[in-house]
Amino acid sequence: MTEDNRTSVTRYIVVWGALLALTAATVLVTRFDLGFFKVAVALGIASFKAGLVVFFFMHLADEQRGLQLMVLSALLILAVFIGFTFFDVGVRY
Amino acid sequence: MWLFLFTEIFLFGGLFVLYAAYLRRYPTEFHQASGLLDLRFGAANTVVLLTSSLTVVLALVAHQRQDNRKTMAWLGATAGLAVLFLVNKFFEWQAKFDHSIYPNSPELLARSEGQNIFFSLYFLMTGLHGLHVLLGLLLFGFVALGVKKEKPVDRTLFFNAGLYWHLVDVVWIYLFPLFYLIT
Repeated sequence: MTEDNRTSVTRYIVVWGALLALTAATVLVTRFDLGFFKVAVALGIASFKAGLVVFFFMHLADEQRGLQLMVLSALLILAVFIGFTFFDVGVRY
Repeated sequence: MWLFLFTEIFLFGGLFVLYAAYLRRYPTEFHQASGLLDLRFGAANTVVLLTSSLTVVLALVAHQRQDNRKTMAWLGATAGLAVLFLVNKFFEWQAKFDHSIYPNSPELLARSEGQNIFFSLYFLMTGLHGLHVLLGLLLFGFVALGVKKEKPVDRTLFFNAGLYWHLVDVVWIYLFPLFYLIT
């Protein structure tokens, strides 16, 4: 838990603004037909947004190194799991 | 609390794996089915949930400053946004049902297998997510009740309710592009 003060409120509002801006960006970008690149861009932006939420709103930035590593490795493993399943299905069928 | 969040991540993670596999298998069907969803509902709900994450952290800040009035105001805003999300979701599903799109409907069975799977995943994943929103709403109601009675609210419970809420937000951050945008 953090030491809350005026700067942290400003920080939260900046993060929120960035999240809304990124949402608008992802909607705009995916209106164009980028083919398969679109999936990568949309998920890249989504991951960046998720990172903002996890680090600032969920205060992972202020947590101990051990927990940070656990969360990041869990998310990384999940990303590998999903990504490799995706390519595997592509190769097999 | 983070341990519980890990189980949640993998609960939804399993469904995302299913989504990835079927997206690869039925790209065109997913594209067609996704076109039937209304982007406006999805985008509106994204803004609602992101804003509710902000109101939760502001409620926590107010609570730390022992400002009960502001804490209640931000908690109320959060609960209001959660209700708005669910009402929005209700109308979205209602519109789908009106077009005879619901699990196992004759209309869907007549469509291709890929489109059918897309809508199964859509109802399953947004439905499970909606249940999480409902639970979060109850959690914040419980916290608010404590604040209102001016009882000392368990700070850890409050903080963990916030963590849970942000995770629900993160899940939606992924659901939104997957169902409404990329296919």
